[in-house]
Order: sequence, then structure tokens, then C-alpha cells
Amino acid sequence: MTTETLILLIPLPPLLAFFLIVLFSNRSKSLSHTIAVGAAFLSWLISMVVCYRAIRVEHLGVDPFHFAFPWLPMGDTWLNIGVLIDPLSAITLFFVAWTVLMIFIYSIGYHNFGQPKGDHDRPGLPPHGATVSDVHGHTHTVPSIEPMYSRFFAFIGLFAFGMYLLVVSDNLLTLFVGWEVMGLCSYLLIGFWYAKPSARAAMIKAFLTTRVGDVFMLLGIVYLYAQLGTLSYTEIFSPESLERLATTPSYIVGLSAASLIGILLFIGTVGKSAQFPLHVWLPDAMEGPTPVSAMIHAATMVSAGVYMVIRVYPIMSAGMEHGHLTPPMIAMGIIGGFTALFAATIAVLQRDVKRVLAYSTISQLGYMIAALGIGAYVAATFHLVTHAFFKANLFLGSGSVIHGMEHGVQHTGEHVDPQDMVNMGGLRRKMPVTFWTFLIGGLALSGFPFVTAGFWSKDEILADGFAHAPLVFIVLALAALLTAFYTGRQITLVFLGEPRTKAAEHAVESKPSMTLPLVILAVFSVCFGWLGIPEDFPLIGGLIPNFIHEFVGSTLLEMPEALPFSIVPLLTSLVVALGGLALGWWVYKGIKAGAMDPVEKLLGPSISKLLKNKYYFDELYQFLFVRPANWMAVTFTSLWMDRIVIDGILHAVASLTSPLGHFFRNYIDKAIVNWSGDKAADITQGMGGEFRTIQTGRIQQYMVLALVSIGVFGGFYYYVLPILQSFLISLVR
Amino acid sequence: MIPLSWYLIFAAGLFSIGLFGVLARKNAIAILMGIELMLNAVNINLVAFWRYREPAGIAGQVFAVIVFAVAAAEVAVALALFISVYRRRNTIAADQIDLMKW
Repeated sequence: MTTETLILLIPLPPLLAFFLIVLFSNRSKSLSHTIAVGAAFLSWLISMVVCYRAIRVEHLGVDPFHFAFPWLPMGDTWLNIGVLIDPLSAITLFFVAWTVLMIFIYSIGYHNFGQPKGDHDRPGLPPHGATVSDVHGHTHTVPSIEPMYSRFFAFIGLFAFGMYLLVVSDNLLTLFVGWEVMGLCSYLLIGFWYAKPSARAAMIKAFLTTRVGDVFMLLGIVYLYAQLGTLSYTEIFSPESLERLATTPSYIVGLSAASLIGILLFIGTVGKSAQFPLHVWLPDAMEGPTPVSAMIHAATMVSAGVYMVIRVYPIMSAGMEHGHLTPPMIAMGIIGGFTALFAATIAVLQRDVKRVLAYSTISQLGYMIAALGIGAYVAATFHLVTHAFFKANLFLGSGSVIHGMEHGVQHTGEHVDPQDMVNMGGLRRKMPVTFWTFLIGGLALSGFPFVTAGFWSKDEILADGFAHAPLVFIVLALAALLTAFYTGRQITLVFLGEPRTKAAEHAVESKPSMTLPLVILAVFSVCFGWLGIPEDFPLIGGLIPNFIHEFVGSTLLEMPEALPFSIVPLLTSLVVALGGLALGWWVYKGIKAGAMDPVEKLLGPSISKLLKNKYYFDELYQFLFVRPANWMAVTFTSLWMDRIVIDGILHAVASLTSPLGHFFRNYIDKAIVNWSGDKAADITQGMGGEFRTIQTGRIQQYMVLALVSIGVFGGFYYYVLPILQSFLISLVR
Repeated sequence: MIPLSWYLIFAAGLFSIGLFGVLARKNAIAILMGIELMLNAVNINLVAFWRYREPAGIAGQVFAVIVFAVAAAEVAVALALFISVYRRRNTIAADQIDLMKW
């Protein structure tokens, strides 16, 4: 098959799996997960073949795999849709395929496949555990299988379809379709345990918050279409189109069309990738099952936001003079940098093992956005890929930790929160595989030097920042320090030291279906970085060619130049990574159960409270948007407009017409119309009763009657009438 | 030549006999026979008037032939009806066939 056909086939298996599971196999849990994982595997296989062929092409950036066909007639022209694999989408496809497959496999173990049904599990709630008795008659509480197992696989299948569609699209329209499919799926999956009120609130919050961004993004797409009459990347990114966009003034004075489109599209990313000020939905999205968190936060949805801005980077940077940043890039630099630092400060004091990672994700996405804002195209892409691997690894690892803790909680019957890091400790002995993989992921996240992928990608961003925008460099370096610190804190609290609760003592390692994806992702968290080592790095530079730079850079029309090596950013990233990790370990190494968080003590109660409450953004938005919207709906629309104004008018009309109707009914309808109708019927009936007696049924009587009648009338006409006539005539005369 | 009035008087007598039969007899077949007499009285009138008043035309004869044909058809239908009634009610006495009574 040609590569283009293969690319067209990539998104289809998960979609097919979704429909198969929903329509046919939802009763059978094993069949459902076989279909879903099989579909993911098929997509992975095709993706790998496509990636392999893409790497073999000499100049993929100039000559990408592209196939398009006319879809919608638009007046004189056609709107074309199709598939495109250029270096950027090839590398995105690579990490998406791997992480999606890993998450699918992990879900089997995470949802306790093979375990008995729970004693009182209900659909819509996490499984509570089942009681089983062994041969000796002892009863144990063991994890129970998820009641809505098949539904979960159907949803993540649809989710995977959305992501694949988005990656292989050659135009912004189908990209937007995939984008919205994922929006829907994230809504469904965050609220997967819909019987929990918090999950319901989180799903609505996520959907509405991302919707804000999506509306602006759609505006951007429409404006772009109005300007160029096409949405296909190859046509948009041609030098003539970009030149036209950059020189056309927009509706907003001072901005070119390219800038306005760039800003509108970027707002879409702000929503999807949870950048400030639309970041609030992402931590709450932790209400979903952990594979979902990994799906949303690492492999697909938030990556999609960054992927989109990287994709439209030529528009963002259109009109960039030498060293002079465009407005969308400045916006990205500011928002990305701010988000990176801001989210990192919140993460420092979070106690929920998944929430720390959620804020860390926001922070890392801010990193990428900021990198793109200062023009570090390749570095942003590189970090996107490495981050997807190590963050998926961390999220799945945290799910494994929670799973182990839940086992401990069920075993001991102790009532502790299995997600709270303060209740953990010492898990390295109980869960060795999870510990080692989580350690690798955590080191990659904090940028542990020379080995991990995170170091190389982060270092490249810092180097770019140092060369182009010193302020961004400082902010990002601070964020990196905090990142290393809270990662050190997390690893220390969860895995090191002694168990702080009985539940932690009885935690057990997860099943191979969960640990195998962790191991594979951990391998990528390390090795993938080696593909992007700068050529002129001391000692090890050039041992492996800088594949990422060559490959991804060729997507752009002008190959970005590799930066000259500089010692300052390297030293900075060494210091912040190692220093942060060491500090995190040192501060939290001997913490006892029930002790106060040392950093909380250091910062004082007021700042700690501010951080713990996430700078009160939820409360602020509650006050600024949710309550006015509620007021608008409940008080204004429902009470005032609907019940007072509209109902009032209707009631007034009713009170006028009701007496009128009464009058018509009693005095016209009943008195005249009905009376006369009834009377006519009565008279007819009476006459019928009288006259029927002449119907004797005897034919001869009728004939006699006829004879008599003829006689009478004949006599009248022939004898009486002429006499009368002559009499009358004589009277007149 | 016999004057026209004789024919008319004869036809009137025949008609009256037929009328009496129709009104007085109970047997439905007898009533039918009365009707035949009345029709033939009319036929005599028709032929007589033709012969005495319009001998050049053939209208009177044609009328008489048509009346024969109609009478034959009528008899066929009426007898079929009587047989049908007799099978159901076991009688053809006219005063007992009173299904249409109130």
C-alpha cells in the first residue's frame, strides 16, 4: 500500500472499536478490551510503518506525504481535506502512537480486569472492592473490577481517534474536528464516575473552560479562511500567503491579519493546553480514572494544543523582522513563561499525588509555549515529545501508586486517602518497578543532567531563551528549579523513607499489564533525549547526530540555525535540576507521619494558604463568571424575564380572554347555536315518530294510497282548478 | 269500421280488471298478472291511437314492442324475487311480506 493510504487508515481502527464496543460487545468485558487494544495496536503498527517511511525520505519537509481530496463545495471552489505527514506530524505521530498504546494496555490492569465483581459496586462510582474467602475460610477485601469497563474502552477509543485525526490532518478544519472530538471525550472521561458530584462538576468545568478557547480558535480559523480561501497547511504556509497575511491590516488597528489569526488560534491553545488564565479545568480533571489523566495530560489533549501552535507557527511568526517578535509570539512568551512559573509554585504545596503532576503539566506546557514565543521551534517540539513520554510515565506511575495504596487501604481497612502523599512513604520496597520507572520519569521531568530526555529538551529551551530573551530565560530557570524541587519532594514523600500509614505498609506492586507500559515509557523517557543532543556540546556532542534538529527543523521553510554552544544555560540547568532535586530530598527526607509540611512552615500560614488554594482562581472565577452566569440564568432569565415578563404578559392576555370566552360560551354558543341545533333535532325526531305510522310495510296499501292520491290530485287539476281559475279571472274583471 | 272509442273502452275495462287484481289479490304472482293486464291495456291504447291517428308513422307499434320487452324483463326479475322471498319466509302472500314496516 502507498504511504498515503496507510496514513488515511491510521485514525480508523479506534473509531471502529468505539462503534463495535458501543453497539455490539459492551456486555463482554474481555471482548471489549480486546477490540480496543487491538485497534490501538493496529493504529500503532501503521503509525510505526509511516514513521519509518517518513524518516527514510531525504527532504520530508520539502516533499511531505500529502493526499487531499475535494470535500465541501464552496461556491466556485472546493474545500479540500486530506492527510499530511511532514516531520512535525511524523514525530508527533510517533509519540502519540506509543503513549496511546501504552495507556490502552495499562487500562486493562488499572480497571482490575480479572478481579471479581464488587459487593456493592454501582456504575458511576469507582469500584469499592470485593470480599472473597480463601481455602482456610479467611475473608479478604480485594480490588473489584470496574462496573463500566467496556464503556471506558469505548471512550478512550474515540479519544484516540480524535488525536490521530488531529495529527494526520492536512488542514485546520479536520484538525478542529479531532480537537472537538477530544473535547467531548475528555468531558465524558473526566465525568466517567458520574455518580460523584465532584466528577460531575469537573467535567462541566473542563468542557466549558476549553469551550471558551475553542470559540476563539474557530473565529481564527474562519478569519483565516476569509482571508485566504483555504485551510490547507501547504497553501497557508506558502511564502505568498504568509506575505499577504502579514501585510493585510486586520479589524483591530495595529495588528496584521496574521497577528490577529495567530492570537485567536493561540487562545484556543490556551484553553486546550490549560494555560493561564484558562488553566483551572486541568487540576480538576484529575477526577477521572488515571489512564484518562495520562491521556488528557500527556499523550493527547494538552499536547494537541501545543501541537496546533507549533503547526501554525509560520502564521505566528509571519512578518517577523530580524529579532523583532510578532504580537502573538510576545503573547505566547508572556503567557507561557508566566504559566510555567505560576503553576510550578502551586505544585509545590499540593498533597494529592496526581494534582502535583497536573500542575507540573501546566507548568511544562507553559515552557513549550514560552519556547515557541521566543522562536525556539525545534526546542518546543522536542520538549513536547519528551514531555509526553515522561509525563505519561509519571501519570501512569502515580496511578500504579494509587492502586497499590488502595490495595493497602482495602487490606487494612484503614480510612486514609490513597492519593495523599503524606499517607505514603517507603513504597520503593513494596513497588520496585513502579519506583524505578517513576524515578526515571521524575528525573526526566526535573531535567536530571546528561541521561534523561527532559534535560536535553529543557536545556535547549533554556539555551534559546538565553540567546533571545533573557527575561524568559530567568523565569523559565526559576520554574525549572521549582519543578526539580517538587519532583524531589514527590519522590521522597511517596517512595523514600519509612511507611507513614499501615495502608502504605501493605501496598503491593501492580500487575504486569500496568508495569510493562511503565517500563517502556521509562525507556523512552531516557533514550529519546539522545536524539537531540546539540552537535557542539562538550565531550558527548556529535556522538549521535542531532536528529531532532535536522528532522523537525526541516518542517519550516527556512531551517532554523543551531545555536552556538553557551556555558551559562548549561550551568543553569545543571544547578537548578540537581539543586532542586537535592533540596526536595533534603527537606522531606525524614518527615514523620502527621508532621507539618516544612515548606509550609517556612512560607508562613498566609502564603501557604494562598498556594494551597491555587491563588484563589477558582473562587475568583466563581465570583466573576459562574455566579453572574447563575444569576443571569436563575434570577434574570428564569425569574424576571420568564416568570415575570413573559408569564405576566401571558397571564394578562389570559385574564382578558377568559371572560370573553365565558361570555361566548354561555350566551352565544350554548344559548343560540346549541339550542337551535338541539331543537331542530328534537322537531325532526318528533315528526319522524308521528309519520312513521304510515309506513305499514304492506305494498297494496301503498298502492291504494297512490291510486287515491292520483285520483284526488287529478280531480283537483282537471275539475277544481279550471273552475277556480275562471272564478278568479272573473273577479279581476 | 269500429270506432276508436270501443277500443278505448275495452282498454279501460282491461286496465280496471288489472288494477283490481293488483289491489285486491294477496298472492304476489296474481298481483304480477294484474300488472301484465294493465300493461297490455296500455298497449291496446297505443296501437289503437296509432292506427286511427298516425297510420303513416310507426311510433305506436314501436312503443308497444318496447313495452313487451320491458314487461318480459320485469316479470323475470319479479319471479326471481318471489322465489327468493319464498325460500326465506315460506310465503308469497303480499300482506305478509312486510319487512319495511315501522
